[in-house]
Amino acid sequence: MSHALEIIHLDKSFSTQRAVADLSLFIDSGEIFGLLGPNGAGKSTTINMICGVSRIDSGQVRIFGYDSQTHCQHARRLTGVMHQEVVTDAFFTIDKALKMHPGFFGVPFDPDWCDLLVARLDLCAHLHKPMNCLSGGMKRRFMLAKALIHKPQLLILDEPTAGVDVELRHTIWSLIREINQQGTTILLTTHYLEEAEQMCDRIAIMNQGQLIALDTTQALLNHLDTRQVNLSLEYAIHSLPDWLVSRGAQLLKDGRVISFSLEKEETVCALLNHCHQQGLRVRDIDTTSPNLEEVFLHLTQHDRTIGDCL
Amino acid sequence: MNRLRNQDQRYRPWLPFWALLKKEIHRFCRVYTQTLITPVIIASLYLFVFGATLGNRISVIDGFSYAQFVIPGLILMGVINNTFSNSSSSLFMSRHLGHIVDLLVMPLSSLQIVTVYTLAAMVRGLVVGAVVCFISTFFAKLPWAFPGYALLMAVLSSFLFAQLGIIAGLFSDSFDGLAMYINFILLPLIFLGGVFYPISILPPFWRQVSHINPLFYILDGFRHSLLGFGDLPLAGSFLFAALLSIILFIVSVYLIARSPRFRT
Repeated sequence: MSHALEIIHLDKSFSTQRAVADLSLFIDSGEIFGLLGPNGAGKSTTINMICGVSRIDSGQVRIFGYDSQTHCQHARRLTGVMHQEVVTDAFFTIDKALKMHPGFFGVPFDPDWCDLLVARLDLCAHLHKPMNCLSGGMKRRFMLAKALIHKPQLLILDEPTAGVDVELRHTIWSLIREINQQGTTILLTTHYLEEAEQMCDRIAIMNQGQLIALDTTQALLNHLDTRQVNLSLEYAIHSLPDWLVSRGAQLLKDGRVISFSLEKEETVCALLNHCHQQGLRVRDIDTTSPNLEEVFLHLTQHDRTIGDCL
Repeated sequence: MNRLRNQDQRYRPWLPFWALLKKEIHRFCRVYTQTLITPVIIASLYLFVFGATLGNRISVIDGFSYAQFVIPGLILMGVINNTFSNSSSSLFMSRHLGHIVDLLVMPLSSLQIVTVYTLAAMVRGLVVGAVVCFISTFFAKLPWAFPGYALLMAVLSSFLFAQLGIIAGLFSDSFDGLAMYINFILLPLIFLGGVFYPISILPPFWRQVSHINPLFYILDGFRHSLLGFGDLPLAGSFLFAALLSIILFIVSVYLIARSPRFRT
């Protein structure tokens, strides 16, 4: 499988601050790839270097084999970007801007494709409005339409659902899925980890400019070997037994629920037997596998602790 | 959704350049009251004051009426002001409002970007200049000694001031900063370059000072082309304007290619 995007030893500093440090990764053609990280991790700087908004200090970016510095014109025409900041040119209405935009990337305007995007993103009623008359949600919809209007082969979405309502978020994700099914490679950053978990084939996590994890979504979820257990008791207790205190358990809901982590090799059956032997009357049990948010927090906090020690 | 892949997706290398040029021209046409009509009205008022009223009381200069003397300067002032304003405000506004990211991701070289901004600014400047030229015919008849040279000098000066506009647009960080370039650099250059008076009437010291004003050479060349007389040889004015244009064009392309003010 060919690579849609290759990032090789990418480095970027702003004065003394190293925003991206020796970043290397690749994205396969047709993949949905998530780039996650806390604020200031270097995600947007990486995206800016890929699409040409920022210069590269050192390293290389290749888009479908084209070097983004030596063959920038070929690399850029294949890329569509929806930036994190809502920026629109107030001089133009939506329809004018969408008609002009494909030309900027060297392809003719396709009215049918434009109509489809406008309909899917529910922009029909706003086509002739100037940008400064649009709501924040409408501007987001327009920005996605603009990123897609020239039919890019690599679509970069920098927090596309930040600050949008639930309905629009679902509209955006369903459109992105369909576009991906047509062969477009997607690179996205988001702070909605549940969505990254559902959407992405592979995920990279950055922290303080460095790559701290890169794997398939499932492999990352398997990263934590524990499950969360909630034991609902038949009666309330006032203090935890010693064997649960040593496991770091917490007493919730006025002493009626005990919450703690279960190691991967432990079975629920063995746990219930142990509770019975210790005189705990369990009414119900609820176990949850770790989600991406927990993995993310585990990795970024662990990385920060190591960083602080160093 | 099949539409995503079933269209002719061949890349047309000339299209980004052409599309951006159309956008830049469309930009100033959308606010034509501010970008085209206002400068024409201002120039018309100058023509009225200096051509039809005050001009009649000012003595004849080298055989020409004051109106005939001042008209070339007013035409060139319209060209220069509007060329500079267009390239500087377009670049500054896109940096200030953040939609410069749309320009940065386009498959265009630095040379192409500078050329687009230059051409769009030249179109606006030359349109204003042409309208002012037409209106001036109601105030005085010009001899049009070398019309081809006059047109060439108007084109050269619009090219040159488009470069200065690009540089000012890159180095301005606020509206105040941009206004400073216009009020403290451009206007003094225009007013002290001989738009309203011949340099020859100045005391020797100020005459020497005027010779370091680049606009003096350009204005003298333009007036020379229209009236058939000037303080300097025509070839010298053209050589100066062409050299300065080339130097500033190289500087503009270099800044767009390398300056962190354009691409961080």
